[in-house]
Amino acid sequence: MSSAVIVFPGSNCDRDLAVAIEQVTGKAPAMVWHRESELPAGTDFVAIPGGFSYGDYLRSGAMAARSPVMRAVVEAAEKGIPILGVCNGFQVLTEAGLLPGALMRNAGLHFVCRPVGLKVENSQSIFTSAYSAGEEIAIPVAHHDGNYQADAGTLDRLEGEGRIAFRYTGEVNGSARNIAGILNDAGNVLGMMPHPERAFETAHGNTDGRRLFEGLLEAVA
Amino acid sequence: MKARVFVTLKPGVLDPQGKAIHHALEGLGFNGVEGVRAGKLIELELADTTSDADIESMCRKLLANTVIENFKIERMATQ
Repeated sequence: MSSAVIVFPGSNCDRDLAVAIEQVTGKAPAMVWHRESELPAGTDFVAIPGGFSYGDYLRSGAMAARSPVMRAVVEAAEKGIPILGVCNGFQVLTEAGLLPGALMRNAGLHFVCRPVGLKVENSQSIFTSAYSAGEEIAIPVAHHDGNYQADAGTLDRLEGEGRIAFRYTGEVNGSARNIAGILNDAGNVLGMMPHPERAFETAHGNTDGRRLFEGLLEAVA
Repeated sequence: MKARVFVTLKPGVLDPQGKAIHHALEGLGFNGVEGVRAGKLIELELADTTSDADIESMCRKLLANTVIENFKIERMATQ
């Protein structure tokens, strides 16, 4: 699998994500700078990392979503190429219009940085096939703007179409319906606030996040 | 020409920052504050040829996230 990790000024989880992808796929991803207008030919997985792209100016993810490389990412998404956005990556995907809703300031106003319980709501997607439906896993979050909000109609549609990938098992940031991660309607774009690359090796405490990458590799390769 | 863009959260969207400001005002002893909503003011310096439609397009494409925010444009005559 040929992967690409998008790097914005202020990204800070890009290398962690690259290590995780390389360990699972056996191939180091291309690190693609935000000024690029194309993805490397043959890219079949794109990951958008966590961090503070453009210093979170204007709104988290707002500037990154309008950078040249994102036009190529939108094209890739339209072709069905899997796109994963983690944390700031999730914020970028909503700002780019690839996922519905918005990520607002945490309801408690605090930066939340700790492992959280997640319930796998959909184990049929290409990203979640290594989990079982209803399974509870633990993956760390680290964010200030993770409070997922959308209008009631959008939330009902996400639920009805099985597009909620993960839900928090307890209160974390005020997200509507405890949403931690959602899929687009075609199922090839996943945005999630928790960091699967931080629950990857036994030294991290658990390897629940590693299975996301393993499942994706199996589903795509 | 100058324009001011006011970006505000849509009614009904929770505003944790507004709530925190509200609590802080009460903590300072200001009574009778019934609600606080925080927003943004963006000042634009524009060529005189910039149309209203251009400014509106700037708001929709970048300055506001219309999923959660409204915007109001105020054009100001240059002195």
